[in-house]
Amino acid sequence: MKSLDDLKKIRDNAQKKVTMRGKNDGIRVLVGMATCGISAGARPVMNRFVEQVDKKNLENVTVTPVGCIGECAIEPIVEVLVGDERTTYCKVDVDAVDRILKEHIIGGKVVDDYVIGKYRV
Amino acid sequence: MEELSLHILDVCQNSIQANATLIELFIDDDVINNTLTIEIIDNGQGMDKETLRKVSDPFYTTRTTRKVGLGISLFKMAAEATDGELNIESTIDVGTKIKATFQRDHIDLAPLGDIEDTLVVLALNEKNVDIHYRHTVFGQTFEFDTRQIRDILKETPFTAPGVAQWMKEYIKEGLYNIHKEEAK
Repeated sequence: MKSLDDLKKIRDNAQKKVTMRGKNDGIRVLVGMATCGISAGARPVMNRFVEQVDKKNLENVTVTPVGCIGECAIEPIVEVLVGDERTTYCKVDVDAVDRILKEHIIGGKVVDDYVIGKYRV
Repeated sequence: MEELSLHILDVCQNSIQANATLIELFIDDDVINNTLTIEIIDNGQGMDKETLRKVSDPFYTTRTTRKVGLGISLFKMAAEATDGELNIESTIDVGTKIKATFQRDHIDLAPLGDIEDTLVVLALNEKNVDIHYRHTVFGQTFEFDTRQIRDILKETPFTAPGVAQWMKEYIKEGLYNIHKEEAK
């Protein structure tokens, strides 16, 4: 049974880690979560990111829902921000999430198969 | 959209866009009156009468990236498919209230689906909008309020490791418990 006390433990652990590591400047994952994204499957995509980031202890990665960027036909769209470098992925599904995590976020290499340039020039 | 919880996510995103600071989501699963009621109440900027009139028209949207707005119209269709209805009340600078009523035993009632996934996505919103969720089944109630979570977390963000997973399991278990009571 999950309790509010468990949440306090999670908070205390998180606080310890932040002080150890200093400023939290990490990788940001933005998931398009408007009507178009949601109907195309953005919610399971976002949940997969959240779950796997947690499981793999990727403490410098934050996952956030955002609005529509205007390419509704190729949703779900995910943007990965590493410093100033922004990569836009489209038609992302759960398998794509696993590849983006493994190859890009952990491995540092953009997953060409899903980048927006494949669909829009 | 195949699940009511996806419509809920979509409509709540409108509230976030409308600069709400609090979204209240009340689900009442009423076996005796054979209704399922979903209420979404926000304290966002609200809409004037003209906008309110147009909002369930699929060819109306406030966004500039495309010309159709489907969120509310799809939710309305899902309610009407069960001989239910969707009503919206809105006041400028006060907020918007959406109430969808479904006939509980109607064959076309979509499943509620993974409401915990919807709530986790909403809780991780960038603007720190709070969510107050109350779910009642046969008189048993489960509540989840991000204001309470925020109080416990203090300066630790919702994106900190483990928080999202905790929320998901906490909601899942809470809902399981109220449904267990119903089955007795």
